[in-house]
Amino acid sequence: MKSLTLRHIKSGAVTGLMILATLAVLTPLALVFLHIIKMGLSSLSLDFFTQIPKPTGESGGGMANGLFGSALLILLASCIGLPIGVLGAVYLTEFGSGRLATSIRFSADVLAGVPSIITGMVAYSLMVVPMKGFSALAGAVALALIMIPIVLRTTEEQLKMVPGTLREASLALGVPLWRTSLKVMLMSATKGVVTGILLAIARIAGETAPLLFTALGNQFWSRKLTEPIAALPLQIFSFAIAPYEDWHKLAWAGALVLVCIMFGLNLGARWFGKAKRYGN
Amino acid sequence: MNAKVSLENMSVHFDTNHAVKSVNLDFPANSVTAIIGPSGCGKSTLLRAINRMHDLVPSARVNGRILLDGSDVYARGVDPVAIRRKIGMVFQKPNPFPAMSIHDNVVAGYKLNNTLKRSEADEIVESCLKRVALWDEVKDRLKSSAMDLSGGQQQRLCIARTIAVQPEVILMDEPCSALDPIATLKIEELVEELKERYTIIIVTHNMQQAARVSDSTAFMYMGEMVESGPTKKIFTTPEMKQTEDYITGRFG
Repeated sequence: MKSLTLRHIKSGAVTGLMILATLAVLTPLALVFLHIIKMGLSSLSLDFFTQIPKPTGESGGGMANGLFGSALLILLASCIGLPIGVLGAVYLTEFGSGRLATSIRFSADVLAGVPSIITGMVAYSLMVVPMKGFSALAGAVALALIMIPIVLRTTEEQLKMVPGTLREASLALGVPLWRTSLKVMLMSATKGVVTGILLAIARIAGETAPLLFTALGNQFWSRKLTEPIAALPLQIFSFAIAPYEDWHKLAWAGALVLVCIMFGLNLGARWFGKAKRYGN
Repeated sequence: MNAKVSLENMSVHFDTNHAVKSVNLDFPANSVTAIIGPSGCGKSTLLRAINRMHDLVPSARVNGRILLDGSDVYARGVDPVAIRRKIGMVFQKPNPFPAMSIHDNVVAGYKLNNTLKRSEADEIVESCLKRVALWDEVKDRLKSSAMDLSGGQQQRLCIARTIAVQPEVILMDEPCSALDPIATLKIEELVEELKERYTIIIVTHNMQQAARVSDSTAFMYMGEMVESGPTKKIFTTPEMKQTEDYITGRFG
């Protein structure tokens, strides 16, 4: 009997520890979220989404150009990064074997671990130096470099989970391997692949460092890909370190919007990953 | 008897493992040939060599000749895709495409190759599903997922998918091993009917099944073709001791 009581006590203690650990994980998230809502909500207005920053001294203004710039950068980065990441993963799972595949996987893992400021420097020397100027294009390349390894590895994981019997079924019907890879294997993994893509987008949406010396930021509207462009995280950064109270408020509002976007993307990824689709 | 498919001195190696050893065998047209033998004897390996499924396995090597209507399917310049269009395959476990409806599964061979003509699709679906005796069971839910079907229905769907692309030869790799006896019976009846149009090669563990459905039987053991001939003869008066032992259940 005594040992049973002891077990109950032990069990209770360990459960308690686990609950504490869970709380320790959740608390910072909740604190960050609550603080940003508290600081951001009061400065958030319609102007934030429609106006560009006002010159110093004038009150009001918004980050419409930053929102637009971020959207454009994400779109461009996706155009570069998604095809490379997804097709690279298809190559790795369907055709790649031996040394080349191993080295691609290894470089993707290393690339994923490279600090994003380094990625920015690479994009700087690849794009900004030859083009002789900061540009949206350079920013997009930097973001794409961050995106590629994430998309590559998640897509590869998802493709590996598609049963090989489907590949055989398709081949046995006289479908060439490349069509089989794209139309059977990739299509069967769509759900997981899209989830991975959404998470990669969420990741680059908040990146600041790689844009510092590529997209650079812009106080005004910019629609040219060869010119510096504003981006939400950059604007938050420069407004937050500026000495004006007004700008700080805008930065808080920007932070709130950015967190909401990332929260939405993560929720979207989860929803998409869970949604019941044909056949699963 | 004219042979649709013949194996001449055919061997399959996986690296150093000699899985199929110098097999010579003819598969007559419009008949069912069963390949029997204990697990790991190389039956499936032999079958998959015929439609070049081993091409994907880097370690696999096929030697000798496999003739389809007299020409070698492994000859230089022969496209494996073209071979697989003539030689269809049904697998051990039913493997319909999970992301496709029943309807789309039947015409998958066309859809995946972008050769489907919309006007013909419904006709192909109906006639193929009727030939595998699945039409009455699914005609009201052609748009629902193929995964909603039972195992036996899925396997018949896979056969429908295979005949939809009009092959000449159908390879069946233990098509009933994942099915219950009633579903098995249905597939066996189907095989009987299909041989009018196709040359069928069926690998099976189940000797009763081989006896029921096949015209000729080949017995393999340890990668070697021990004996082949008319099913009746193999099952009643086999020439080799090993064949007799296996058929009477003394090993295997």
